[in-house]
Amino acid sequence: MDDRITLRLARYRPEEEAEPTFEEYEVPCRKDWVVLDGLNYIKDQLDGTLSFRWSCRMGICGSCGMTVNGEPKLTCETFLTDYAPGPVRIEPLQNFPVIRDLIVEMTDFMQKLTTIKPWIVRDEERPLAEGEYRQTPDEMSEYMQYSMCINCMLCYAACPVYSLDPKFIGPAAIALAQRYNLDSRDEGSGERLDILSQHEGIWACTFVGECTEVCPKDVDPAGAIQRYKLDAALTSLKSFLLPWGAR
Amino acid sequence: MVKRTLTLEPLLWLLFSAGGVVAALVIPVLLLLFGLAFPLGWLSPPSHAHMLAVLGHPLSRVTIFVSCTLLLFHWAHRFRYTLYDGLQIKHLNELIVLLCYGGVLVGSIAAGYLVWQLP
Repeated sequence: MDDRITLRLARYRPEEEAEPTFEEYEVPCRKDWVVLDGLNYIKDQLDGTLSFRWSCRMGICGSCGMTVNGEPKLTCETFLTDYAPGPVRIEPLQNFPVIRDLIVEMTDFMQKLTTIKPWIVRDEERPLAEGEYRQTPDEMSEYMQYSMCINCMLCYAACPVYSLDPKFIGPAAIALAQRYNLDSRDEGSGERLDILSQHEGIWACTFVGECTEVCPKDVDPAGAIQRYKLDAALTSLKSFLLPWGAR
Repeated sequence: MVKRTLTLEPLLWLLFSAGGVVAALVIPVLLLLFGLAFPLGWLSPPSHAHMLAVLGHPLSRVTIFVSCTLLLFHWAHRFRYTLYDGLQIKHLNELIVLLCYGGVLVGSIAAGYLVWQLP
């Protein structure tokens, strides 16, 4: 017979209740089961009204981020046995408005991602006839790490600055900006700097480093932000000392 | 006022950052030498006359003054953000900026005076 473990889930059904409540469900605690398996078991066998996001169940899609025993986690790679004998407390990601049960509102995050122009910006597009923009493996490895982000928002849930000031553009967006700034084919770093050098951009970060701690893809957003701060500070120092020079 | 502090942010961060490097690299060495190694007799300390000669050199004076100033800038930036985020009193920004960077000014003047006074 399987061991069993209790999942203590945050429930919020806005049509029924004004405040989130907790409900407990007992699920099998198998060696190969992750928290997401437990949630799907509840949804299929115990309570079909439970709402949560998930898709790939293999740490690629970034949909199933939740707060597990107070920590932001991808539930598809968080094993139930690590929390035995339980109970395990599962809540929606912190710092975001809750829509229903374990589902958060992510519009703010999506808008922030687009403000930093996460695409290759060219001063002048080359005609197609001239062929593709080529890149060496070394040039690619410059930004590779920052391109691993899966937009799971764990870093926003962990960031104390974002929690205090929701205007802060946040770890993933800045790491994504670095992903394009460091791309040899890109010429948009000046445009991105205008956005990120505002106070709600890079300067609001106090390098707590929790974003890097919780990142499931080892993107190291905290490192990206510190690197960006140095670039931005030197650029603005240069434009201060040499105001006539082009940035 | 607010706009000015915003445009100064990169410069203040650079000074904070430089102060951090000084705090991490120079201070531990000095503490190890003068706080432990010399008092506990692990190393034989330089003579008083030797120390005075080293400290009296213009280059030493400038280095000490710059280190003190950078360390104070490091403190000011940290403390400012601690007050903003820790105590959540960002609405007192003007007062906080005055306290932190005024402190740097006062501290730097004091350091400059002491360094100048060295025989």
